[in-house]
Amino acid sequence: MELSKVREKVYALAAEANFSLRKDLKSLLLKAQKKEKKNISRKALGWILENAALAKKEKVAICQDTGLPVVFVEIGKGIKASASLMDTIKKAVEDSYRDNYLRPSLVEPLLRASSSYRGAIIHCEFSRRQGLKVTLLPKGFGSENKTCLKMFNPTASLQDIENFIIGCVRKAGPEACPPFIVGVGIGGTSDYALILAKKALLERVDRFSKDERIAKIERNLLRKINGLKIGPMGLGGSFSALAVKVKTAPTHIAGFPVGVNISCWALRSASCVIK
Amino acid sequence: MIKKITLPLEKNVIGELKAGEQVLAKGIVYTARDQAHKRLVDLIKNNRKLPFNLKGGVIYYCGPTQTPPGKIIGSCGPTTSARMDNFTEPLLKKGLKGMIGKGRRSAQVKKAVKKYKAVYFIAPSGCGALLAERVIAKEIVAFSDLGPEAVFRLQIKNFPLIVAIDYRGRDIYTEV
Repeated sequence: MELSKVREKVYALAAEANFSLRKDLKSLLLKAQKKEKKNISRKALGWILENAALAKKEKVAICQDTGLPVVFVEIGKGIKASASLMDTIKKAVEDSYRDNYLRPSLVEPLLRASSSYRGAIIHCEFSRRQGLKVTLLPKGFGSENKTCLKMFNPTASLQDIENFIIGCVRKAGPEACPPFIVGVGIGGTSDYALILAKKALLERVDRFSKDERIAKIERNLLRKINGLKIGPMGLGGSFSALAVKVKTAPTHIAGFPVGVNISCWALRSASCVIK
Repeated sequence: MIKKITLPLEKNVIGELKAGEQVLAKGIVYTARDQAHKRLVDLIKNNRKLPFNLKGGVIYYCGPTQTPPGKIIGSCGPTTSARMDNFTEPLLKKGLKGMIGKGRRSAQVKKAVKKYKAVYFIAPSGCGALLAERVIAKEIVAFSDLGPEAVFRLQIKNFPLIVAIDYRGRDIYTEV
């Protein structure tokens, strides 16, 4: 595979993710706007949709927080993984952020001087599909700051877990830009539960899990979270979250990690497959 | 009809704003977020001159993207106000009268807003592209080394805001 082709395809992701609202998300926002009864909350949803239309038309970022670029790479069949492949991906993201006038939001954590575009995070894994799949998730920090992790006892009930997740959303509140998309990771280790929670945000948000057992948990959580009445901009109303996505992985008999990664309404991501 | 206000705020206008009320603002605001707040409060602590006149002024918690060619400003929505909570009272004491951001404020800020007869607004969050269209001039004022976190003087028009804490300390999130 030619690295120049990888660069070209990955380079295009930054503009796509930051300027164009995901279709699945847009359909949920339109539905919410139709259903919302509280005037000011409906108006806030109107601003959100008008903003998305303007961003696309004017090629201006949907949100000024163009995030910390998190990149998920799937090395499929016929792809040779290498350090230069990862360097190419990182550099393409960095350059496209710069060239598209996105925000240089990244800093060395202790010095915190001269923010730049350098510092995208890559999560890499192997897949049985053909080709190389690259997904860019620009993660804004208004919502990232509201991330929660709890290591439950293995004897905890589903009710305990749900209460924790709902509590996280309540704490996230108006400042994390509701209505949210709530990513939940259950199982694995502490770090893995949070990666699962983040990966959950990449799945289609306009449908529940295909696994009926998980779908039931998602539906139940969404209903209870909307019962919090946080609403768009925190102004109340029926939509505190647009979707809840749950992912699970095997865990240890002694533990029960639950990670919650919240996305603001402006959940942005874009993917490409290079064969 | 939505009320129209001009920034900086006249004293009598502050007295008329009620938590929960929508307004359209025009006039001048200064952007400042985390690092700029830290520096401003350090300057105050050391009795040094501030790089812009806070008296009667309005701070917008915002760090815009880079400015695309042909535009006045890039995406420029509000950032989380709560991170500025610990720096807010010294600025109010120096004459700051208005703040624009998103989300809740601490009890300490609420008390200070009441004490100094100021106002806290929220702007449509995550709507940086929409708000960019409502900025008609931008000029750098201080801390240019901070990049997007520098202080910019923005001239705005038809800028949609909601009063979140009014001069009496009434809070949209807890009392309206």
